[in-house]
Amino acid sequence: MMVDIQGLTKKYGSFTALDNLTLSLDEGVVFGFVGANGAGKSTTFSILSTLLSPTAGDAFINGKSVVREPKEVRKQIGYMPDFFGVYDQLKADEYLDFYGASYGISAADRQVLIPQLLELVNLTHKRYEYVDLLSRGMKQRLCLARSLIHDPKVLILDEPASGLDPRARVEMRDILKHLKSMGKTILISSHILPELAEMCDEIGVIDNGKLIAHGNVAQIQEQLQGDKRIIVKVLNEIDTARAFFEEDPLVSSIEVTNENNEIAFNYRGKIDDQINLLRRALLADIPIYSLREEEKDLEDVFMAITKGADEE
Amino acid sequence: MMERFSNPVLSKELKLRFRAFKSFSGLMFYLATLSLFVIGFLLIYTRFSGTSFFRPSDSFTMFAVLSVIQMALVMFITPGLTAGAISTEREKQTLNILLTTTQSSTQIIVGKLLSSVAFLVLMLVAGLPLYSLVFLFGGVSPSQLITIFLFYLVTLVAIGSIGIMFSTITKRTIVSMIATYGAMIFLAGITAFLFFIGFSMEQMFMNQGTASANATPFSPISYFWATINPGVLMVTILYPDMATSLASVVGISIPVWVGYLIFYLFITAFCLFIAIRKLRANMKTNR
Repeated sequence: MMVDIQGLTKKYGSFTALDNLTLSLDEGVVFGFVGANGAGKSTTFSILSTLLSPTAGDAFINGKSVVREPKEVRKQIGYMPDFFGVYDQLKADEYLDFYGASYGISAADRQVLIPQLLELVNLTHKRYEYVDLLSRGMKQRLCLARSLIHDPKVLILDEPASGLDPRARVEMRDILKHLKSMGKTILISSHILPELAEMCDEIGVIDNGKLIAHGNVAQIQEQLQGDKRIIVKVLNEIDTARAFFEEDPLVSSIEVTNENNEIAFNYRGKIDDQINLLRRALLADIPIYSLREEEKDLEDVFMAITKGADEE
Repeated sequence: MMERFSNPVLSKELKLRFRAFKSFSGLMFYLATLSLFVIGFLLIYTRFSGTSFFRPSDSFTMFAVLSVIQMALVMFITPGLTAGAISTEREKQTLNILLTTTQSSTQIIVGKLLSSVAFLVLMLVAGLPLYSLVFLFGGVSPSQLITIFLFYLVTLVAIGSIGIMFSTITKRTIVSMIATYGAMIFLAGITAFLFFIGFSMEQMFMNQGTASANATPFSPISYFWATINPGVLMVTILYPDMATSLASVVGISIPVWVGYLIFYLFITAFCLFIAIRKLRANMKTNR
């Protein structure tokens, strides 16, 4: 197991920023951490990056405790914070050279590594430019290269695409896909769930400091979306159809649109129950010509689950 | 082998410092101030006084005043260089990244301090040609010059450490600056005031007749305030007779420089210890 978080809790006075978070990730997994602003993503990442001590619990990176062996953990992780600054008076290669030296990499090795990293993040042409002159997206990529200089096993990226234009986002996504192919374990946080869904093997949804869902994208959708919304269109006899569906104990919140002969309702049943409902409706001579499940995309799911947090 | 002893923060800071225009403008301002003084002094003592010669005693006066000016400049510049060492990194959002590297807190703090000290030493060395004019006219021994420079070094390292400490424990550079200048004003000014207050009270006490007329004075508190004051030590270095007078007044014969060295080494060690402990304040283990 590459990342093992056990009962991680962080309190600031009476406020609980992180509440008994437990999570395990295998090597090579790309994990997306989703939640609204203030949900606890950055707190978790700060603890994993040895910048913050937990109030309770512990986390292990490649078997090393962030509480007891922070220096060992720092060798294993590459951290990119959500907001970061750069040293304006340094050139791109000097910036990487400084951090390489900070990780104890020899000057000779740094000279080999720096061009490779700049190539990886498509900044070879900016090698001798002052960091201050780079665009936001280029600075993000340079910071990503910096986080890779000591070849860490785990990458902790806090909102790596925030503030980037669409093109820069795509470039960042491509680089992360490449890193995934290199077998790195990557933890990425974002408040945009669909953005993560595309590249993550696993997703965790955090709300008010608690992990409320964890799994792959399909599992997350299933866990979070609750009742399905079914939309049925009938040719005529809409009142008969409504009465039929109302009798089913798994159906609730029926709405009828007479102009379209459309009936919409929430359905709690599983897929077998849904097949059975359709069969019974046809046997009862309900003139159904269309039945579909209202699609909820990840954005809708995320908005639904974070709605409560915003209202509090 | 060299890699083992290298300090990345020190290398980076030196690079950044010597690329910044303000470093060179600061150095220029410093040398211009010293030059103005030296030229003015020479003009006053030769052309304006109507004499065309320069006595060794005049040369010593120039050395003394030059040393005081240099000390004042060092004390004015050092907090400016060190009080933002860590807080600026925090304000520019570069500190968190630095703290996730494998560099120890000690390495980071020492690197920051040494880079500031290196620049200040450069300033002092850059002023040496102006000092050399003193040797042209005599009146000052090289050992006196070396003593003065050692005094500068101890003082600037101590003030630098105070600056680094405040920079680490406060979130904002402006607060750190104010605290460091405050500490410096206390050490250079208020200690002198406290010395005179203590000494006056001692005299009053003796004059009230509670002590016999020929009793040996003994004022450890006044001695303490005098011994930690940079001005007092400078005067005793330039005029060794003053050290004897002070010893007879306070009744303690331990040389001022001994107390000064012990106190400022302790301050340096204490401030660096606090800075190292507080750099990773949010972590239980400070490694």
